[in-house]
Amino acid sequence: MNASTGHAMFGETPPVRRKLRQEALAQWVFGAMAAAMIVPLLLIVGYLVVRAAPSLNLEFLLEVPKRGMTEGGIWPAFVGTLYLVFLSLAFSAPIGILAAVYLNEYARDNWFNRVINLAVINLAGVPSIVHALFGLGAFVYAARFGYSIISASLTLAIMTLPVIIAATREALASVPRSFREACWNVGATRWQTIWAVVLPNSISGILTGIILEVSRAAGETAPVMFTGVVFFKAVERGDLFPYYLNEQCMALSMHLYTISTQVPGVKESIPFATAIVLLALVLMVNAAAISLRVYLRSRKKW
Amino acid sequence: MNDATGHSITARDVNLWYGKFQALCDVTLNIKHGFITSLIGPSGCGKTTLLRCFNRVNERYNYVTTKGEILVLGKNIYDPDVSLIELRKSVGMVFQRPNPLPVSVYENVVFGLRVHAGGDALRKPALDEAVEKALTEVNLWHDLKDRLDHKAITLQLEQQQKLCIARLLPLKPEIILMDEPCSALDVEGTAAIEELMFALKGRYTIVIVTHNMAQARRTSDECIFMLLGKVIEHRRTEELFLTPANLQTTEYIEGRYG
Repeated sequence: MNASTGHAMFGETPPVRRKLRQEALAQWVFGAMAAAMIVPLLLIVGYLVVRAAPSLNLEFLLEVPKRGMTEGGIWPAFVGTLYLVFLSLAFSAPIGILAAVYLNEYARDNWFNRVINLAVINLAGVPSIVHALFGLGAFVYAARFGYSIISASLTLAIMTLPVIIAATREALASVPRSFREACWNVGATRWQTIWAVVLPNSISGILTGIILEVSRAAGETAPVMFTGVVFFKAVERGDLFPYYLNEQCMALSMHLYTISTQVPGVKESIPFATAIVLLALVLMVNAAAISLRVYLRSRKKW
Repeated sequence: MNDATGHSITARDVNLWYGKFQALCDVTLNIKHGFITSLIGPSGCGKTTLLRCFNRVNERYNYVTTKGEILVLGKNIYDPDVSLIELRKSVGMVFQRPNPLPVSVYENVVFGLRVHAGGDALRKPALDEAVEKALTEVNLWHDLKDRLDHKAITLQLEQQQKLCIARLLPLKPEIILMDEPCSALDVEGTAAIEELMFALKGRYTIVIVTHNMAQARRTSDECIFMLLGKVIEHRRTEELFLTPANLQTTEYIEGRYG
């Protein structure tokens, strides 16, 4: 017993109890806010699924829109989105990765490289509608690609570039310096170091960064609407290669906008089912990215 | 191969700056061929910096300005016609933390050959021979000959460090620089690496940076004491520890500061 305060030795005193109450409250508030994140997701997905239920079947995915887009499926838009996403990544991934390798492995800290860094950061902050206008001017008119899949993909590529660069740089920077030192000290050139050690050990991070950009590219409406995506395109049911690259195409994001706001008398469940397809596409790609990362990480041991 | 003076490394008036901070001041020294020379001194005295000058790997850590000359095997390595790639073949480095590459034991040992050689030297029999020779030299062959395809990172730290030394050998280096090679190892690991150093000396010139004065005393033939970027004293190890000429040296080896 501690005679002076009347408390057991090391026992709780009133100030300690007050602190513990504050602590409990703080934890509860922070936890509640974090848990609140689940609510919108569940609500969105739940609401969409319920409203879309009558149209959710494979037929909806494979069928083309019918009767002035008020019935039928979304095949042309679905394929169009795939075209745009893969073509845009085919442009942006190589450029982005090579640029990031330069910035992370070769670039010294001088004004030129600081300008590049600044450009990358600011490019990431440009609103998509501005990218859309740029794409319209640069690719549709100046480069004479016209309103086409190529123009739209290039516009998306420029939009996704900064994020790919940032993700790749982060992946490269996470390769331990000791690996690089080991290479330098047997006289490997920078390129040999990058090829033999840096890239193999950062590939999981790089791939994840790129795949996550798929979801952004798939969801964007403005850039593709300005440069190559149209209201409607007649396509065979289930045709995997319905478009030429110099043609316009349909896309899920734009299609959703159109049937929700521009076309009267659309069967009620169709817009919701379209949203579900878009969401499922993005979530599936993300899930693929995560499992790929988990797999590649499990193979490296440092 | 060494020049007529019997020195593997000669530094003349070496000054080095990291940005504006001067890390080395007028360093002049000779390191004898085939000897183990240790660099001691308190943290920040420039010993690691000096070590890294000897194969110019310093330059990979930006902002370095170096003046003066460093002769390795008689050739000034700061001459414009020196290829860093060839230089680092001859002057290899071993680090504080063993840094095997995240590939197999075999690939670690042949990594240098893959980087430098071409043609016949990269045929399987030649590589196999190089691996056996290098691993035998560092006393790892017996333990690892059945595990050559194992990931190098799964080895014990001591084996990893030996492997890092073995990785240099196929390139036939003249000089091996060691930056606190035992500080991540336990007592037995340290003893094994020190034994290996004794086995390698003569054939290779070894320069070792160490925080551990007892280790410097045990292992090295000559000892260089540095303080604030300057070489204070450079003598035979037993002389430096028994009859130091300089007061700062005396106080350091007595443990008055450090």
